Amino acid sequence: MDYITPTAAGVALGTLARYIMLRSDYRQYPTYPHGAVTHLSLGFIGAALGAVAIPALLEKDFAAISFLSLAATQFRDVREMERSMLSSIEHSELVPRGPDYIEGIARVFEARNYLVIIIALLVSGFTAYTNIGVGILVSIIALFFANKLMKGKVVGQIAKVREGEVRFEGPQLFVDDIHFMNLGTEETRQTVLSRGLGVIIEPLDDNARATLANSGQRQAIAHEASAQVGVYRDVDTAEFMPISRRDLDTGRIGLIILPIEKDIECLIEAVKRTPVLESAMAKPLKSKTGRGASD
Amino acid sequence: MRKEILAAITINPELVGGGIPIFIAQDRAEQDKIATYLARITEGVVHDLENGVYVLARH
Repeated sequence: MDYITPTAAGVALGTLARYIMLRSDYRQYPTYPHGAVTHLSLGFIGAALGAVAIPALLEKDFAAISFLSLAATQFRDVREMERSMLSSIEHSELVPRGPDYIEGIARVFEARNYLVIIIALLVSGFTAYTNIGVGILVSIIALFFANKLMKGKVVGQIAKVREGEVRFEGPQLFVDDIHFMNLGTEETRQTVLSRGLGVIIEPLDDNARATLANSGQRQAIAHEASAQVGVYRDVDTAEFMPISRRDLDTGRIGLIILPIEKDIECLIEAVKRTPVLESAMAKPLKSKTGRGASD
Repeated sequence: MRKEILAAITINPELVGGGIPIFIAQDRAEQDKIATYLARITEGVVHDLENGVYVLARH
């Protein structure tokens, strides 16, 4: 049996899948040329590992199969690499991502390599047993499902996002009726009033309420929002840091940000499109007790 | 992150004491000015206790 075609198809389509997944998400972080090269190379290695698995099995070469376990170790390092890279540049971000978001991003990078292995494995398997046409078709279907299943939710799907009114009562800063903090000096208050935008995030159900309560999730929202509408602050103006506060009675989240572009529509859109972090996702309604407590 | 009070800026010196730096201002305008300067220097945030005392805190 000829194994060149299945293996080559697996490697090629697996690497291509990694390339497509690399582009599909603008949020992760700017994929600079060097970052792209790193991930494409790792994708290539993953694709090669996946692609040789089925031919190796057919040849009864079980030693080759055991190399797949090496892949797991290899790609765990990808998560570590992304985590340490993002953590080390964290202190130079004006609005940090927060450890939860970094962990989420690192996990996505790791998982995508496993997806590449699976896609390459499917392609080479189907190509070996049928022909290259079926292999290509399988890769397209697999990539479609991978993208669909791995997409995850965004804040806009679990909550209603609307504008809130930024106001002061003496030195106390509020957005609608949610208290944020106490701000001294008249100049600071005037700047916040004139430049600040307030957003209220209303969870649609109890699951969403628990998810949005997570401070890592809220930090991710603040980071995404300020990355997209800009932030009117520098390292020495801590008072203009975007912050979020929770209305303890209703679970609503208030966010205040001083953007460069004062455009509430764009800000609401940025908040809505923030990914819901896997680590923040809570589902109290899945349990009997949680459902009982909710009514 | 550890939060701490870095300094107090006051127009009522009798209201503040203890182990933090205390800056006494003559009036509200001077108090605002000193508070802003110190906030920029220390990267802290000014909070108004509404009794003539500002505290500068690091968050």
